[in-house]
Amino acid sequence: MADSETAPRSFQEIILRLQSYWAAKGCAILQPYDMEVGAGTFHPATTLRALGPKPWAAAYVQPSRRPTDGRYGENPNRLQHYYQYQVIIKPSPPDLQDLYLGSLRAIGLDPALHDIRFVEDDWESPTLGAWGLGWEVWCDGMEVSQFTYFQQVGGHDCKPVSGELTYGLERLAMYVLGVNHVMDMPFNDPQSPIPLSYGDIFRQTEQEYSRWNFDQADTDLLLRHFEDAEAECDRILTASQPDKAGRHIVMAHPAYDQCIKASHLFNLLDARGVISVTERQAYIGRVRALAKRCADAFVTTEAGGVSA
Amino acid sequence: MADLLIELFSEEIPARMQSRARDDLKKLVTDGLVTAGLTYASAGAFSTPRRLTLTVQGLTAESPTLREERKGPRTDAPQAALDGFLRSTGLTRDQLTVRDDKKAQVYYAVIEKPGRKSPAIIAEVLEATIRNFPWPKSMRWGTGSLRWVRPLHSILCLLTDEGGAEVVPMSVDGITAGNTTEGHRFLAPGRFPVSSFDDYTRKLKSSKVMLDPAERAAHIWHDATTAAFAQGLEVVEDPALLTEVAGLVEWPVVLMGPIGTDFLGLPAEVLQTSMREHQKFFSVRNPATGRIEKFVTVANNEAADHGATILAGNGKVLSARLSDARFFWDNDLRRVKAEGMEGLAAGLASVTFHNELGSQADRITRIAALAREIAPLVGASPDLAAEAARVAKADLQSAMVGEFPELQGTMGTYYARAAGLSESVALACKAHYQPLGPSDDVPTDPVSVAVALADKLDTLTGFWGIYEKPTGSKDPYALRRAALGVIRLVLMNGAKFNAASIIEHGFALHESRDVSLEYQEDDKKRAELLSGLGLEAHSFEARHELLNKVSTSISHLYPSYKRKQKQHSSSEFWLRSDGSDAREGATGTYSLFDLDVKDLLAFFHDRLKVFLKDEGIRHDVIDACLAMPGNDDLTLVVARARALQATLKTDDGTNLLQGFKRANNILTQAEQKDGVEYSYGADVKFAETDAERALFAALDTADAIILPAMAAEDFAAAMSAMAALRAPIDDFFSATQVNSDNPVIRRNRLNLLHRIRAICGQVADLTKIDG
Repeated sequence: MADSETAPRSFQEIILRLQSYWAAKGCAILQPYDMEVGAGTFHPATTLRALGPKPWAAAYVQPSRRPTDGRYGENPNRLQHYYQYQVIIKPSPPDLQDLYLGSLRAIGLDPALHDIRFVEDDWESPTLGAWGLGWEVWCDGMEVSQFTYFQQVGGHDCKPVSGELTYGLERLAMYVLGVNHVMDMPFNDPQSPIPLSYGDIFRQTEQEYSRWNFDQADTDLLLRHFEDAEAECDRILTASQPDKAGRHIVMAHPAYDQCIKASHLFNLLDARGVISVTERQAYIGRVRALAKRCADAFVTTEAGGVSA
Repeated sequence: MADLLIELFSEEIPARMQSRARDDLKKLVTDGLVTAGLTYASAGAFSTPRRLTLTVQGLTAESPTLREERKGPRTDAPQAALDGFLRSTGLTRDQLTVRDDKKAQVYYAVIEKPGRKSPAIIAEVLEATIRNFPWPKSMRWGTGSLRWVRPLHSILCLLTDEGGAEVVPMSVDGITAGNTTEGHRFLAPGRFPVSSFDDYTRKLKSSKVMLDPAERAAHIWHDATTAAFAQGLEVVEDPALLTEVAGLVEWPVVLMGPIGTDFLGLPAEVLQTSMREHQKFFSVRNPATGRIEKFVTVANNEAADHGATILAGNGKVLSARLSDARFFWDNDLRRVKAEGMEGLAAGLASVTFHNELGSQADRITRIAALAREIAPLVGASPDLAAEAARVAKADLQSAMVGEFPELQGTMGTYYARAAGLSESVALACKAHYQPLGPSDDVPTDPVSVAVALADKLDTLTGFWGIYEKPTGSKDPYALRRAALGVIRLVLMNGAKFNAASIIEHGFALHESRDVSLEYQEDDKKRAELLSGLGLEAHSFEARHELLNKVSTSISHLYPSYKRKQKQHSSSEFWLRSDGSDAREGATGTYSLFDLDVKDLLAFFHDRLKVFLKDEGIRHDVIDACLAMPGNDDLTLVVARARALQATLKTDDGTNLLQGFKRANNILTQAEQKDGVEYSYGADVKFAETDAERALFAALDTADAIILPAMAAEDFAAAMSAMAALRAPIDDFFSATQVNSDNPVIRRNRLNLLHRIRAICGQVADLTKIDG
């Protein structure tokens, strides 16, 4: 599918081009959040920063983990660990669709030669108490991105509204590079002295994590950790004693870290098959309750719009 | 006269919402204009993914001046009354006129509403339309507070007459109306001005936008069928998909591509479903083999390489999808061959059907028992029917149905065949869900019929039992559809049985849901509780309060009890399951499951009325037939109704009805007056007139035909024999006075009238017929 001279040659080149494109458009290029998350949306740069009145523009790669999607590195399209590229701009600019299409051109997908479509897809995250309206973007019949106007996060109305773009990097890159199996995809330039494929880097980890996720993770321990995270989140948010200097610092971010932990632990428990259908809803509700309380806390902070 | 053009240009509107949005835009704007006093000749609404457009032709230039007179208070009324009148009219006192009105002087207000120019009205109506547009889901964007389906970018609002075109001045949330629009996103980017609707559609077309969705759909269908035909193939019709795809593109470009040979062995339904659901592709079939061999995709772009890149990309995505489908298919087949259909079904024990009605496996056990019961009544083998019921839902556990829920049943039939089950059982897997709607086919294979009936009756008795009955427009479990399904299955197959006993059996198969409730009623606690509530210990209110506490505690535990409370009057509601009244003391056993056969049967009768009304059978005709014994045999009821309706359409029939009613009225009055029932002993030897003797003879003749006809349930023959009584009955009434002075003759004639009543009342209760 590559388009002549401008075609990128590797996975990392696609990432680098997205980074420089969105940097040129004025986004702060952040680094991945240093915790296990299921999607780029969980990064506090999206979840928390979508709240409150302050303008915001950020873009970043977020390694994401979905334990149930592991296939021991054998499935050409499914991974338990993969990368998302996330762009979040608040308020959503009027030309966000055009900006997005520009990013496709930057990675070698010329909209004149392809069939780019915006197909209805409303986004909802029950664990984050968040929803928005938008589309999945199709390129020649394949979903390459999710495009969402956030309406609510953590139970709070988003005012102003953030525009969020999420690119599934492996899938997009496989299409751009014309690769059929993710493990065959060149990670760095194939002309490099030491060319590395995606499989060179991740095949073994996919196998190892698939085994751990599905068979070995200690469910009693995971369950305890879930409860610990839940308790700690609650404790952090209810701590009312001032610190030694007599300040009252709301700890929205440390609390939100515990929420992220609880969410990932739930995903691991789910992959181990120890959560029944009815319990599932209850667990999701517990994580959502944490997310809501973190959102409640964040909007009382300076970053959440309260003047210091 | 002027023409109005409105375009609301936005980011991509979901395809499924466009049709409703066109109607809403047209209705809201034209209604608003008319309400404000304008008139118009015609209007039309259009949509593409990025725009909603309305054209209104022949719009008047201004609204007429309106003069309204309102009567106010008398001049000697208190000041407050006058103030109120002034407030409501918006006038001052010296603007009022005073007139004599009977005995007093009264204030009158004459309010003149001057006509308004159309642009002011349009601006107001359009703003209100945009602000209150009934999108199923709407959103905000950026820093604005306006809601629209997706961000709204521009408004075109143009009024055109002989003098030229002018923009209607208006703005909504910072978007100011103008006279420009945009062409195709990729093929003709950039804004351009337009001067009229014709100019607008023409310029759009040259900017690669087909405005009319019907034109886009026709274009797609034409190009797709032409491309297929050229290769000796045909496109599988799919009107819903065509509408959706036409809503996804502004400039449709049809491309046809091959399906990889690896996938041609998949069932046609799998290929079609996968392509439609995931890719929005049309299926292209080889008419010689019936196989799906190619796909048609509709792009929104004319690419320089004639779509080669687009087609290759789509083909690649399709292959990935179909690889999944083939993996599911191969895996499922391996499983059913190894474990059989019942092995596949085993997992259903852990799938909840409804938390008050057990698992899918529980449900299947009940359906199998009920199917066994029904089978002999519809000519099916009980063993086969039970076997079919046990495997009919097994495919819910297959990987394929997990991926494509709409293939439930269809896959079951394939897998049952692969498992080597009999064809009747295999067919029942798909057919037992049918009929799915009023126009869906009704199964005819007896095994399918038995399982389809059992499936629907289990649903109905189950949800009826837990008080989940349809109310108003709410029918979340589609019980009306299930009841209609039962009716159609019974009627189309001419099945004859007493539904009441089957319903009773259906209820009995659900587990008992009685709960025992111990409630502390010792005097001390009770007195404390009641004094806290300010009630005397033995008052009615006190008992009621206690019972409320009981019911709250039961409802808290059992949702069905809560629903029961809503549906029953308090006197019925307080019955314990043994029939005793709980108001004597709350402790006891309460039923959480309703076994009201009559109530469910009445629901069937309601649905039957709706069904027969569509067939043109009158409401009163159905009521007359439902009043007869055996009304739970739906085939019998309908046979009666059809015969009666046919007879009532004839002259003899309507006149017979009059004669019958006359006989019945005279008889009923005499019976009430005399306090006896004239039911026996009419004897021809007391007949005085020829007409009377002729009626005796005619009744005998009719009896001789009707008795065997009724025995054979040949209601048409019985009704036509009754209709033949019309002339003798008319002659009798014109020649004979029933209330003769001679008591013997009178009694004989009343008994004769009773014979008319008895004979004519055999097919239906004619007293219930109107007219």
